[in-house]
Amino acid sequence: MTALLAAGLMSALPPEGSDGSFWLPPGVSTVARHVDWLFGFILAISVFFFVLIVVLMTLFVIRYRRRAGAPAEASASHNTALELTWTIIPVILVTVIFFFGFRGYLDMSTPPANAYEILVDGQKWAWSFTYPNGYVDSNLHVPVNRPVRLVMTSADVIHSLYVPAFRIKQDVVPGRYSKAWFEATETGEYDLFCAEYCGTSHSGMVATVVVHPPGEFETWLESASNFLETMSPVEAGRKLYQVRGCQQCHSVDGTIKTGPSLLGVYGHAQALADGSTVTADENYLRESILEPMTKVVDGFEPVMPTYQGRLKDAEITAIIEYLKSLSGNG
Amino acid sequence: MAVATPDAAPAGTPGTHANENYLTAGRGLLSWLFSLDHKRIGVMYLVGILSSFFLGGVFALLVRTELLTPGPTIMSADTYNKMFTLHGAVMIFLFIIPGIPATLGNFVLPLMLGAKDVALPRLNLASFWLWMTGAVVAVASIVIGAVDTGWTFYTPYSTTTGTAVVSMTLGAFILGFSSIFTGLNFIVTVHKMRPEGMTWFRMPLFVWGIYATAIIQVLATPVLGITLLLLIAERTLGVGIFDPALGGDPVLYQHFFWFYSHPAVYIMILPAMAIMSELISVFSAKHIFGYRFIAWSSIAIAVLSFLVWGHHMFTSGQSGLANMVFSALTFSVAIPSAVKVFNWLATMYKGSIRLDTPMLYALSFLFLFSIGGLTGLFLGALATDIHLHDTYFVVAHFHYVMFGGTVIAFLGGLHYWWPIMFGRMYSERWGRIAALLIFVGFNLTFFTQFVMGSHGMPRRYYNYLEQFKPYHQASTVGSYILSLGFLVVAGYLLHSLFRGKRAPANPWGGATLEWETSSPPPPYNFDHEMLAGDPYDLESLRWDPSTGGYVRKDPSSVRLTPAEAH
Repeated sequence: MTALLAAGLMSALPPEGSDGSFWLPPGVSTVARHVDWLFGFILAISVFFFVLIVVLMTLFVIRYRRRAGAPAEASASHNTALELTWTIIPVILVTVIFFFGFRGYLDMSTPPANAYEILVDGQKWAWSFTYPNGYVDSNLHVPVNRPVRLVMTSADVIHSLYVPAFRIKQDVVPGRYSKAWFEATETGEYDLFCAEYCGTSHSGMVATVVVHPPGEFETWLESASNFLETMSPVEAGRKLYQVRGCQQCHSVDGTIKTGPSLLGVYGHAQALADGSTVTADENYLRESILEPMTKVVDGFEPVMPTYQGRLKDAEITAIIEYLKSLSGNG
Repeated sequence: MAVATPDAAPAGTPGTHANENYLTAGRGLLSWLFSLDHKRIGVMYLVGILSSFFLGGVFALLVRTELLTPGPTIMSADTYNKMFTLHGAVMIFLFIIPGIPATLGNFVLPLMLGAKDVALPRLNLASFWLWMTGAVVAVASIVIGAVDTGWTFYTPYSTTTGTAVVSMTLGAFILGFSSIFTGLNFIVTVHKMRPEGMTWFRMPLFVWGIYATAIIQVLATPVLGITLLLLIAERTLGVGIFDPALGGDPVLYQHFFWFYSHPAVYIMILPAMAIMSELISVFSAKHIFGYRFIAWSSIAIAVLSFLVWGHHMFTSGQSGLANMVFSALTFSVAIPSAVKVFNWLATMYKGSIRLDTPMLYALSFLFLFSIGGLTGLFLGALATDIHLHDTYFVVAHFHYVMFGGTVIAFLGGLHYWWPIMFGRMYSERWGRIAALLIFVGFNLTFFTQFVMGSHGMPRRYYNYLEQFKPYHQASTVGSYILSLGFLVVAGYLLHSLFRGKRAPANPWGGATLEWETSSPPPPYNFDHEMLAGDPYDLESLRWDPSTGGYVRKDPSSVRLTPAEAH
């Protein structure tokens, strides 16, 4: 406790740049510097007042500890000038804090005009990032030193996109578009969290932000986008299974998660919730991806979102090929 | 229930017939359940609320234990989500909102006014029965499948999840009415039942705090009731209000919810501040410093608390203009709290300070509430809140204010008024040990959460990244120390009921009127009409070695002569 407090005191000075501190992780976006400076400024004020209060309290307890036969000394029970002083000084300080908080927020909420735009979809419990050429990935890849604008919506409940290293957070709400922007200042990999509680695997709704060096982002995007051509259908299907949100609910090793496991599904009979039975052939799998509520497997909740319009025919075919490979029919 | 009467009526309270007190005035369970006596209702609330605190605490310990390691430790993700929801819902709706007003407020408020009871004793009993009904409905939801929405019930998650949301929200709805009735009753009581000589600015500050709280209870709680009914209507009838799939707006729910739930934070903290003003003054043997500033700051908090709800929604997508206005208003509500802290400190100056258990909690409050209040500055400022929102930083801030503030002050008040409630003293030595354990355990539990939060650890996470592990483990160890502290408190308080030394009428030297009757008081409280003077004129009392308590230097100063009485 004492060590923590001491460390808190030592970090009270505004951090140099934003290399991280006892309190904050390294900040690698253009807005991080201001946020970290303001954090340090408020911390300094807080530490000053906290120490003032605790030191006075301790001094009074020691100095005025009750002794037998010694009643309280006489002193005034109010002093308007003094009380106005300790009303007005906090008013001034919080006004200053408000001003710097608001100024920083204006920068954080106003993307530059030339920003690179990426569409973001949140769904239980995965992120998908759609690039201007239509390619979709489960991680956020961005170029360094270039403003990136995120246009975000949710397929189900409220999520919130949070990148601590960039100091940005914005809720992702169904039925509307929300926006966020950042400009990464250093290459590397950073954590991306869902910050708004969204159910069972809320804490698993984590992605990576990959900040590419100058020039390499375009190369990455081009090679990643061609995976249907460059990979075999089974490999492409496996990639789609991993990045398009299938694996959050469907295992491929027999484990039961929110949805049935996909191990050995192809070619076998499935008991449905309405009591009938269906053989899981290519057409059934395709229908289950596009209209998941139509034939729900017995024992599971009808909670899967539709992929109508979100997967191309070639991608659906690749996924089916991958599922066939899991039944030894690849 | 062990029953205690003073061995001898303390000097200075002649006419107290020592053989009968409110605890002995009727026997059997029914004499309690249908009692109109505010003291008995207060004690029943105390039993119910401490039971709720225990239940909520068990959920908290399960949550902390699960977080000892990343990944599964003792339960599944779904169970974890239910545990943190139940911890929040039970602690907020069953424990901390009714907490101080319904227990200590019920017991002490009429006594402080020199009154026989609250203005509307039947409404008071109805409020208690509603509380029990709401508690049963809420706890029933745990049995029929629990809730996994978080205590905030955000839509559209809460309207689509398969858990027992309707039962829990219905419970909260009923509990809301209990809260409204209590608030209404206290407003009428303060307006109509004050004794001769007690002008508005001669009311004890505890009364001011409870009065300000009651205003919020009456004005804000109906909004929660309507919001929860709309939620239930959407879930059961498919009316589209919040769910975008039905044409509703999920952010509207957040506005409705926080329109109540932010003022509700002040329903929780104002009574705690009210207790603080009494404790600091009495245990410093010093007139409270800046009475009017403290009284007005309670009213200022009550008014401003209605204007700041949007600061819970800085990342929700509400407009930048709304964010700016709510940020500015949020800082305004910090000022009255700061004023109170400085006034309490000034009260200690040149005092004669005794460190009995209630005062240890008061000092603990000053330490912890200062941290809780100051960390609010990080969250009120827009640029820093964007980073800190929905992380453990918020969890820590909230607990420093609500636990470090309200629960600690509640403990201080409970120890302060325990002698008058049950006529017994508890072990002072164990009281101090427990206060220390709770202080150390609390800081270890929650200070670590500030640090992991500002490093980016999101709240309500079942699993976490390896880098957060040391903080989580320290926090969990802290929670065990904290629990040990509470077990000690439960041990010596229960012991005191049966074996405690008999309490004098005025063990601490308080000058408010509740100390002018016996400990515990007779069913009718006072056997003569009271006359109120300055509630902080502590020099009007002197130590009386024969009773081991304090007595008035001039007993006639607080009672009307039969000729004056009407």
